[in-house]
Amino acid sequence: MQWINAIVQGVLVGGLYALFAAGLSLIFGVMRLVNIAHGDLIVLAAFLALVVMQTLGLGALESLVVVIPLMALLGYVLQRGLLNLTLGSDILPPLLVTFGLSVIIQNGLLQVFTADSRRLNAGALEVATFNLAGIDIGVLPLVMFLAAVAVIGVLQFIFYRTALGRAFRATSDDADVARMMGLDNRHIFGLAMALSLAVVAIAGVFLAVRTNFDPASGPARLIFGFEAVIIGGLGNLWGTLAGGVILGVTQAIGAQINPGWQLLAGHLVFLLVLAFRPTGLFPRIAG
Amino acid sequence: MSAVTPDWRVERATATSRLAAVVAIVALIALAAAPAWAGRADMRLLSEIFTYLALACLWNLLAGFAGLVSVGQQAYVGFGGYMLFAFAILLGVNPLLTIPIAGILGALIAVPVAVLIFRLSGAYFAIGTWVMAEVFRLVFAQVSALGGGSGTSLPVAVVKDIAEGRDMREWIVYWAAFLLVVVVLGGTYWLLSTRRGLALAAIRDSEVASESLGVRIWRTKLMIYVVSAGATAMVGALIFLQKLRISPDAAFNVNDWTAYVIFITVIGGIGTIEGPIVGVIVFFLLRETLADLGSIYLMILGLVAIVVMLKAPRGLWGFVQDRFGIELFPVRRRIRYPLD
Repeated sequence: MQWINAIVQGVLVGGLYALFAAGLSLIFGVMRLVNIAHGDLIVLAAFLALVVMQTLGLGALESLVVVIPLMALLGYVLQRGLLNLTLGSDILPPLLVTFGLSVIIQNGLLQVFTADSRRLNAGALEVATFNLAGIDIGVLPLVMFLAAVAVIGVLQFIFYRTALGRAFRATSDDADVARMMGLDNRHIFGLAMALSLAVVAIAGVFLAVRTNFDPASGPARLIFGFEAVIIGGLGNLWGTLAGGVILGVTQAIGAQINPGWQLLAGHLVFLLVLAFRPTGLFPRIAG
Repeated sequence: MSAVTPDWRVERATATSRLAAVVAIVALIALAAAPAWAGRADMRLLSEIFTYLALACLWNLLAGFAGLVSVGQQAYVGFGGYMLFAFAILLGVNPLLTIPIAGILGALIAVPVAVLIFRLSGAYFAIGTWVMAEVFRLVFAQVSALGGGSGTSLPVAVVKDIAEGRDMREWIVYWAAFLLVVVVLGGTYWLLSTRRGLALAAIRDSEVASESLGVRIWRTKLMIYVVSAGATAMVGALIFLQKLRISPDAAFNVNDWTAYVIFITVIGGIGTIEGPIVGVIVFFLLRETLADLGSIYLMILGLVAIVVMLKAPRGLWGFVQDRFGIELFPVRRRIRYPLD
């Protein structure tokens, strides 16, 4: 029973990992940009939620109403003002600029909020559980998992059913031809980053409700998201959800064996996938 | 009749580079004699500069020449550090001897690591190296004989193995750092002047074109990765010989062993041998003047790196080189005719 319980909890955490991953996967798909500051942006969103909750007196989940648009706006500005300048055939500039951004965000947060670890209070929802066939399921983890499924469903819909999604796919396939067809790539990339950071906002708030966070929490989130992307296969959003769930379950099983092995088990499954299925379990596009 | 001698030859040296060589030799002699003229604190600072220069030079070899952008070189710094503690404490090996041992083992472990992470391309490779460094950190945190998660110190008896007196000990550690940076810089320069160096430059300029000319890309990259991993592990062993204390978080710290190193190389000039030298001077000047600012200092450093990457992607040295055509360590070949 303990084991089944661990697996169920792992699946639910996997939803959160998929949220970390979805934004990363989205911008890689559209503009082949790997954002090293992704994890730090998640933590930035969490701190933003903290400020919003304190100043406006909102609850944790309600703060999303403010945090999502703010992060999306930040994404658009960041892309138009900085990241668009780095795109090109050379992979070095985007990588190093987002790396510099990561250091700036981390130390900026440290300067403003100190190194204290924080947590967002979600009230009664935090401890609510129900019992399903002998397994205690937390309401909050379940809400997070369902939200992750919904977010990925919405992204999938935007990508394959809307004009914006068509523009995303067109620039992804061939940026030059897309421009000849009258698309403004700089604007499209801005919108993609805005969408990515909207997802980051949700991921950040959920992270902050679930566990403690501090300015240095970002890199680990980047790594979990990255592992979920690679395990699931590049360019496949549902695959990314599966990747997140696999990562979550492996970590839960590892922790069940020995608390010190939780993270190690997750990394190990990532390396196994890399060794035996380097394109991931459900690949769609080539790197 | 003898064979026709060509009326041209291929040269790398220039008048400036010959002058630079003379200056470099004078500087090397002065630095080797540092124990005679520098105080204890100065020598510590110099040793630290040497280790950062060596790390930057090795990272530059990976990212600037082989196109392997790693943000996980702390894996090998930490690995080297832990090899020092493992061999010195558990097996009683002389701490100085552990440095080459760390180098060999670091290179050996880099082979399977490379086989795995070379499957990731471009930017995903970078994050893959980071995951590897995390794996190393978590594994060493499980080794209770080396202090587990909280780390351990080098026992006094082991430290005395280096030399009895404190002065002599500090000199030896200083010379070890000096020797290591000279070997790393000299080795990089030598490597880039050989056939393999030419292959590397070709890969850097165009992977497709170099492959069609018969350059074996995967093998060349693997060699560079393994060599730089081994050398980074040696630097790691030396760093923790200076610190005398190790813990997983200090040993595998991404800021100390990768972020700083990247900033040094990018600011100085990626893809040039001179770049890391310029970068390390700028880095330590900034640090000595701004270190009191703490996290603001790091933000400034990040900002400078971003601006340099956008405005002068080849760094300060690249700017000088483009402007004045100076090359102190010439690795580019030029054809000379008798006429000029």
